[in-house]
This record gives sequence, structure tokens and C-alpha cells, in this order.
Amino acid sequence: MERDQETGRISRREIIKWFTAAAAASQVGPLGTWGQDATAAAGEPVAVGYGKDPKVTDIYKPGDVWPLTLSRKQRETVTVLADAILPKDEWGPAASDLGVPEFIDEWVSAPYPKQQRSRESILPGLEVADTLSQERFGKSLAELSPSQISTLLEDAAKAKGKRTLLGRAETFFYEFTGLCMGAYYGTPEGWKAIGYVGNVPLPTFDGPPQEVLDKLGLEQTVK
Amino acid sequence: MPTISIDQAKPEYDVVIVGSGAGGGQMAYTLTLAGLKCVMLEAGRSYDPLTETPMFQRADQAPLGGSSTPDKDMGFWDATIDGGWEVPGEPYTQGSDHKDEQFTWWRARMMGGRTNHWGRISLRNGPYDFKPYSYDGLGFDWPISYEDVAPYYDKVEMLIGVFGTNEGMENIPDSPLGVLLPPPKGRVGDLLAQKTGKKLGVPVVPIHRAVLTKQLDADTIPAKLHPGNKRAQKIVGDSMRSRAACFWATNCGRGCSIKATYQSTTVHLPPALESGNLDIIPNAHAREVLIGQDGKADGVLFVDKTTGKEERVKGKVVVLAASSGESVRILLNSKSNRHPDGIGNGNGVVGKWVMDTVASSLQGQIPALENLPPHNEDGAGGSHFYSPWWGLEAQRQGKLDFARGYHIEIGSTRRMPGGGSPVSMRYLRGLHGAKLKEDARRYYGSFINFASRGHMIPNEHCYAELDSDVKDKWGIPVLKWHWKWSENEMKIVMHGEHTFADMIEEMGGKPTRKLANNGYEVVRPGGNVKHEVGGARMGDDPNDSVCNKWNQTWDVKNLFLADAAPFVSNADKNPTLTIMALAWRCADRIIEESAKGNL
Repeated sequence: MERDQETGRISRREIIKWFTAAAAASQVGPLGTWGQDATAAAGEPVAVGYGKDPKVTDIYKPGDVWPLTLSRKQRETVTVLADAILPKDEWGPAASDLGVPEFIDEWVSAPYPKQQRSRESILPGLEVADTLSQERFGKSLAELSPSQISTLLEDAAKAKGKRTLLGRAETFFYEFTGLCMGAYYGTPEGWKAIGYVGNVPLPTFDGPPQEVLDKLGLEQTVK
Repeated sequence: MPTISIDQAKPEYDVVIVGSGAGGGQMAYTLTLAGLKCVMLEAGRSYDPLTETPMFQRADQAPLGGSSTPDKDMGFWDATIDGGWEVPGEPYTQGSDHKDEQFTWWRARMMGGRTNHWGRISLRNGPYDFKPYSYDGLGFDWPISYEDVAPYYDKVEMLIGVFGTNEGMENIPDSPLGVLLPPPKGRVGDLLAQKTGKKLGVPVVPIHRAVLTKQLDADTIPAKLHPGNKRAQKIVGDSMRSRAACFWATNCGRGCSIKATYQSTTVHLPPALESGNLDIIPNAHAREVLIGQDGKADGVLFVDKTTGKEERVKGKVVVLAASSGESVRILLNSKSNRHPDGIGNGNGVVGKWVMDTVASSLQGQIPALENLPPHNEDGAGGSHFYSPWWGLEAQRQGKLDFARGYHIEIGSTRRMPGGGSPVSMRYLRGLHGAKLKEDARRYYGSFINFASRGHMIPNEHCYAELDSDVKDKWGIPVLKWHWKWSENEMKIVMHGEHTFADMIEEMGGKPTRKLANNGYEVVRPGGNVKHEVGGARMGDDPNDSVCNKWNQTWDVKNLFLADAAPFVSNADKNPTLTIMALAWRCADRIIEESAKGNL
């Protein structure tokens, strides 16, 4: 299998070959009545993921089920951007310390319709962000300092809805931030950052603590 | 779970049961503990919740953070396997292209069927729900009354374990003292909704769900369930002792490896297997009921999915519990000289009067809930509180413009994050860095969800028939669904919409979307709540029903229907508890009639 030597990730050319093979394999079904493939025209990439009966008790990491496809440059851009959006601070670690770039790579590489649509906006979005960076600072986004990226993000936020490069960047940052949020807060460190407590067995469920009830003027009615 | 292959099957069984979910599971449990030899056909693979349930897996340990995909429609950890809205090789078709006339059909091809992932909400139909025509002149009456079913509701609740309270409300039956388990404490959203509801006249009380908030009383319950049957008592007592109480973590939709919730695979099937009277054949896709020379059912023809070959299994009685849609399909596909249009369909009523639950929802953002001190709200892995339908008196006074009603399911949002953003990105647009993290923390858990689950009156536009062209991968004709809501359902949806908006406003919050102008904008498609019922309804008259009040088909006296197909109406109450109660009642009838030689 052809791989990018430096990152160990699969190449774009390989992924196209892989999709084509998957598409061919999926068309073997008798009578051509495979429900979920019904909308895919012959020859187009067909969603092939973990299937209807994956081993759900296993622990997975990005790249385990389908190959990651971001180029080294894309991955670098994703990393610095994610770290500017969710930096290391009093609330928790930086995005890249919690596997956010790997999650985004897994997301845009996934062979499902929703993620494929995401790929179609995230990948060009990374280029928009880079173009913006070149225009503003004369270097690619991956080379910017955190404060320079912050400037870009703030400028873009003011351009919401505009049909300009900044406006397009804002749309991209919005979607990209959403992906970062899902990844970041899906970790124990993220739980702490947002205030989720749970996923541990307890002998009793005591409901909201008294200080929460007091704050809201509520009373526990189940005694 | 121990299973057999067809070549290990006995030459003949007392009963052949098609399906292993709520209906089939209950049927197997009751029949085998009474000593009848049964074989169960399950279209999917065997499944063991003890080893296959992802109890504590986190978002960062699953593909795409566990978010839903076409392979796992309800997320990576949903207990449904080999199923969902689409099943490869097993299509279904639509009678219309119109968006409001689509039917979505959830199928779980696995041992235990949908009971592995269901919401565990266990509500009794009330007296009016069995006699809706007598109550308001709409729809049809069942041939049975609440009193006929009540003893079976009691038994099912004692067996599976249901938490909740008796509220003494009209048409919301109380359970006998000591039957219900204690309800879990209210979460913040529950208690806020309860306080708000008091001001608006909307009752908010503990819901009933099949989750053990404490262990079942294995020393006394078995004798109540199986009087005089020491062996059954022993088996059931041992099974109850093996079920742990809820440990207040992980969502019930993943299934439960400690058996704290009801699943057919942890509650019904183990005692049935322990009795020594049950054989289960997995990967057995039922095609038709076989009819002997004497006009009685003598077995089931099925496709062994492991070989692709057609096989037969023989029995003195046949029970269909394949899910209402699948049982309808089997009846319609059971064509012979004697039944040219399928069994029970001489009058063309098989597949008619299909119903689902009328559902919509609205979310509110409540400033008072922002920045609350972090605390654990996992609770019983699903809802704790709900609003039983409170509008009967207002309807009698002519204050409401619709019949029947709905209940409200209350949803708090301090849940385990992952997959998508834990706070709607609408509230975080344009933010990054510390401000983003601060606002995420501020808004997290500040949302409350209200979901309506409404009564559907049967109508002639909602039905299933065989598609004349499309077949599944084994060449078996598939179902074509027809669907149309009536105005009454749309009014129920809009009443919910306004009630939710009033509740949210009273809490000082705002809905997270624009309110709908009509019900069609927000109602979920037919079948989408996965409460499809009817299609082979019970009745007093063989001319307009498929089975009698014992779930026994008029056409073939030793053929019974034990899923939701015999439902005559669909109350707002979730159907699973009623499926089980009717299956137990039907099983008792089979035991009695078999003993008398009447089948």
C-alpha cells in the first residue's frame, strides 16, 4: 500500500483506489436491492464503513477502521488551528493533546455521506484559511503564532455572512470549531473542562446536590 | 446465548414462535415454564448482552466519537446490530413520494430484537385506551377491556421490574401496592419542569421505566407469577437474583450487561432456556406459515441465512411475534389454495390500520440553568420524569380542539459529551480560546428537551401491503407502506408545541428554534418512533379483524399473533408493556386450549 513516508498515512491516490474497490465489492449483492446502497450510482464511491455489526466493546482510535487521508500540510494546519481554537489554559489541555487533529482526520476520511460532505467543505476551507493567512501575514497558517491565528479568527468572526474571503473563512471556522468541540469534550479532560461528571458506577443516585437546588429554588420531590 | 441449527431441531414442537423480542420472549417464557416444548426462530444472530454491551466506552474510544452513521443509525453504541432504518438486502418500499406520506421502518435483526435498545418506558394503557370508540366515538374499540389485561400488566411489571409512582390520575392506571419499584430522584430539568408545570396546570411526575432501582424480590415474586409451579418459581427466582440493580451510569440504549433493565435477552430468554423446553434457531428468516391438510398451521417455512436454503420447522401451534410489520408480511406471504390472499386476509384486512406514535419535540435554553455547579445526572440511563396526559377534563368541557392526547417526556442535557459539540454551535459562533471554553461551560446543561408522544387514531390511509415487484435478497416479497396523518394528530402536535413554548417561557428561557406554524413542520415521519402497531387487529367480528380477543387468528385456530399487530388503537402509552401483557395472556390461553385438545 502506498503511503506518505513521513506521516505513515495513506495517499490520496491510494484512497481513490480503495474507494473504487469498495464500490465494486458492494455491488455484488443479489438482485441489487441492498437498501443503503440504493442511492449510489454505479462507479461512484459507495459508503463502506464499519458495517452493521461492529465490535462495539472494542476501543478504537482514528485510523483503526478506515485510513486517515489528510496530507502532512493539511494535518499541520488542522493542528495549529485546533490549538488556537481550544488552547491549553486553566480549563484544560490544548486540542492537539486530546487527539482533536486525529479526530478531524478520521472525520473527513470517513466513508459516510455526512462526513464526505464535511470533507467537501473542510478541505477547501483549510485552503481558504491558508490563503487568508498568506494575504494577511505573508506565510502559511501553520507557520503563524497563536496570537496571529487569533487575529484571523477575530477578523473572520466580524465578517459573518459576507461574500468575501473573510466571510468564507468564517463559515469554515464555524464548522471546524464544531468538529473540534465534539472531539475535545469527548475526553475525560474535556468532561472536566465543561463540567460533565459521570460515567462511573454509583451505589445510589442522589440527584442534584443541595447547592444546585438552592440556587434554582427547587426541591427534590422524590424522597 | 445457546442456540441450535435446523439439523438439531426436533421433528415437531408444541409451539413454533417467530421472533425473540418483547412478544416472542414473553411467549417463550410463559409457555416453556408451563412445560410446553417450543422452538423460536430469530432472523438475526445470537446476541449476549453480558459480553457485548459497551457499558463505559467513551466518545474518544469510538469511530467518529460514537456519532450516528448509516451503519449505526442511533450511534455507535446503540444496542441494535444488523438493523436500523435500512437492512442490507431487505428493502421496503413507499406507496407515495410525498414527504408527509413516508413510513420509516426500524428493524433489529438480532436476538431479543428491539428490546435490547428500547427506551424502557413502560406505561399501561388505561380503560379509555381499550374502548376509545365508546369514549369519544372515534376509531374502534378493542374486544377486551382494561380489566382483562390488568392482571397481566401486574405480572409483567413484577417480572421485568418497573420503577414509577401511582398518581391516581384518570386513565393512567395505578399498579397494585408493592409492584412498582421506587422512582429515581429528579434531575434538575425534571424538578424545574415539575415546578413550572404546577403553575401551568401540567402535571410532571416520575415516569415508569423497566429499570431496577433496586433488586427484585426474588423470594416472593416468583410464587406470585407461577403459583403451584415450584420449578418455574425456582428458575425465575434464580434469574431474578442474577439481575443487579442499576448502578446509575451508561445509557440504557446501549443495553445492560448487569441486567438492570428489561431486555428479552436477559429477562425472558434465560429462564425459558433454563427450563430445557426452548430451542432457538438464529439466522432464521421466516417466510410463511405452513398449513396442513386439516387447515391448521403445522409449521413455519424459513430461510436459513447461513446457507441460503429454505427449511421447515414443525409445530402443533404457531405464534407470530416478528414485529407487527414483519408478522403482517408473513401472513400476506402465506399464500395457498385455501388462503389465496394470505392467511387472515380473506376480507382484505391484513396490513390495515397501521399506527405509530405521534411525536414532536422542542428544546429550550434556560438562563437559570447556566453555569450550574457540575454534578452527576447520568441517573437511570434514560428519562426520570414525564407528564401523563392531563387534558381529559378540558376536552369534556370543549376547551380543546382535538381528541385523545399525548404525554411529555422531559430531557435534561447534562449528558456525557462527545461526537458533536456538547452545546449547539449556534451559541458559540465566532468564539475561540478561553471565551469559547467559558461559554461552552456556561451553556452546557442549560437546555431542556420536551418531547410529545401522542395518541394516533387508526385511519384507512395507513396500511402495508406486499409490493408486487420488489423482493428481498431471498426472493421474498417485501412490504410497501402507505401513510397519512389525520388532522387530529397535527392538532396534538401543535398543542404540544405551544405547551412546550409556554413551559420554556415560564422558566425564563427561549425555544432554540422558531415555533412551527403547523404540525407537519415538526412531526416525525410515520414509524419514526418505532412504535408501529396494528396491521392484524383483534376484534369481535371475523369480517373486520384478523384475530379474536385471544390474539388467535380467525382463519387458522392454532395460529396466534403475539406482537403489536393485534393492536386496535395506539394510545400515547408506549406499546412494549402492552405487547408483553397481551403475549402472556395469549400464552395462558394457548396452554389452556392445548391441554383441552382444542388446538
